[in-house]
Amino acid sequence: MDTERTLQIKAISGHPGTVAGHGAKRELEVAKLIDVTTCIGCKACEVACVEWNDHPFRETVFDNTYQTMPTTQWNYYNLIKFNEHQEDNGNLMWLMRKDQCMHCADPGCLRACPADGAIVQYANGIVDFQQDNCIGCQYCISGCPFNIPRFNTTTKKVYKCTLCSDRVGAGLEPACIKACPTGCLHFGTKEEMKAMAETRAAQLRNDPLFPRPNAGVYDPQSIGGTHVMYVLHDITKPELYGGLPANPQIPVSYTLWKYFAKPIGLFMALMGLLAVFYHYIFNGPKLPQPEAPAQEEER
Amino acid sequence: MTTSVEQLDEQARRGFGKLGRTTVHEGELLRHPVYTRFLHWTVAIFFFAALLSGLAIYSPWLFHWLTPLFGGGPMTRLLHPWFGLGFAIAYFFQFLNWLAIMRWTAADRRWLRHLPEYVKGDSKLEPEYVGFFNGGQKLQFWEIIFGAGVLLVTGLFMWFPEIFGRGLVAIGYVLHDISALVMLAGIWVHIYLSTVGQPGTLQAMTRGVVTRAWGWTHHPAWYREATGRNPREDYQRALERRRETEAQEREANAHERGPEIGPPPE
Repeated sequence: MDTERTLQIKAISGHPGTVAGHGAKRELEVAKLIDVTTCIGCKACEVACVEWNDHPFRETVFDNTYQTMPTTQWNYYNLIKFNEHQEDNGNLMWLMRKDQCMHCADPGCLRACPADGAIVQYANGIVDFQQDNCIGCQYCISGCPFNIPRFNTTTKKVYKCTLCSDRVGAGLEPACIKACPTGCLHFGTKEEMKAMAETRAAQLRNDPLFPRPNAGVYDPQSIGGTHVMYVLHDITKPELYGGLPANPQIPVSYTLWKYFAKPIGLFMALMGLLAVFYHYIFNGPKLPQPEAPAQEEER
Repeated sequence: MTTSVEQLDEQARRGFGKLGRTTVHEGELLRHPVYTRFLHWTVAIFFFAALLSGLAIYSPWLFHWLTPLFGGGPMTRLLHPWFGLGFAIAYFFQFLNWLAIMRWTAADRRWLRHLPEYVKGDSKLEPEYVGFFNGGQKLQFWEIIFGAGVLLVTGLFMWFPEIFGRGLVAIGYVLHDISALVMLAGIWVHIYLSTVGQPGTLQAMTRGVVTRAWGWTHHPAWYREATGRNPREDYQRALERRRETEAQEREANAHERGPEIGPPPE
């Protein structure tokens, strides 16, 4: 972005050689990379998230899995989803995926939201909820392809992972990244993370002992890519990882209806008002008959 | 079922008749009793509360204009479903109240064919077959029954998304909006015709009475039913009486002014 380069030095008087730093590029977009192949399911990221956001540890439901709770909650943004999966050759795979907001480039929540300023998308790609402006209509929940926003019935506001926008703004990595002991979580610019993800996927595909020919990077283009990406053993079956959608979509009604049909509807309503107004101007009132005798003109 | 509904409605009608009164003066006809008026205005209050709070959430262009009326965005969102529910309940009783009178008949089909002339205002008197409500009014009544049903069901989807799921919310809100827009268009026409478009109509819903002339002009078949008289004959008689009065006045004026000035042209 050009505004970030306005104070970059372009030329220096009496300076020998090239200008230091000339042509340097700054990447604005950040991304989180989750390598599910090295996740051990320790849940350190869950604890770090709860701690940083100062949430109490909430009551959970035991549903016979290793998950802390069945789904994320309004004060539990980050959840490791555990899935036992049997491969075609009979091998058991224990799939663990860190579930949280994906920070879509084209966020369905933001499209669906009717309240001014309740959801913002920063230039660095973080999608953040501003609870002060939230009216609690929960359209964002219906607009999200990943089923992430959660409604707090007490405050009547919706919450989700902020990608630690407060930490990132201060030059720190998100809390979950900092806590990860295996290094399966990475944070950096979107370009760096993409390159790192591709490298890791290629490594998995070409592993001499246990090759994963379908290994790949999850960065769904149906919503313009995400600022949280995954490296999966099998990119062709993302649903195995706790229901990650292969082709996430924003409901058509939130694009077509909201940005196209709604203004037309409003315009038509206004036209209706004008129509009855001009009907009166053109035709006048319809009076009970016979009309009262007109007053004789005074001559 | 029908009889119990009728009994309920009749009881309410009598109860409200005791609470309030409708004074019918000389030359006037009773149009709407107290209970009907109460229902109509209760429906109207809830309708506009729901309409304005709904429009605030409908469009970002209206958000900052309309949310302050209800105490801000969150409060608007909180109140809107209750306004809607109030509207649905009030309109349900209105439905029971008008069910019999709103039955669609052959006369209404004839009236719809006559709609273009009605809009253009070609005929000064409505056709003789037009009863208590004309085809247009009945059409609007049934549109609101259907539309309110759609609004209620889709509204519940959006009110309780955790029960109905995101798919129904995404579809529901489109239907909710369309239904509201159709109803809004109907309301422009309703308000226009009942006020400036057809003077003398508003008092039917305020005082509950209309003039006899209003009756034979706009709803001749109802006039016949209510008075047992022929609307066209009564209209002719009124016309003749008016002509006589005019002639007398003209004569009196002519005497005052003297004979040199002839009667003014018709």
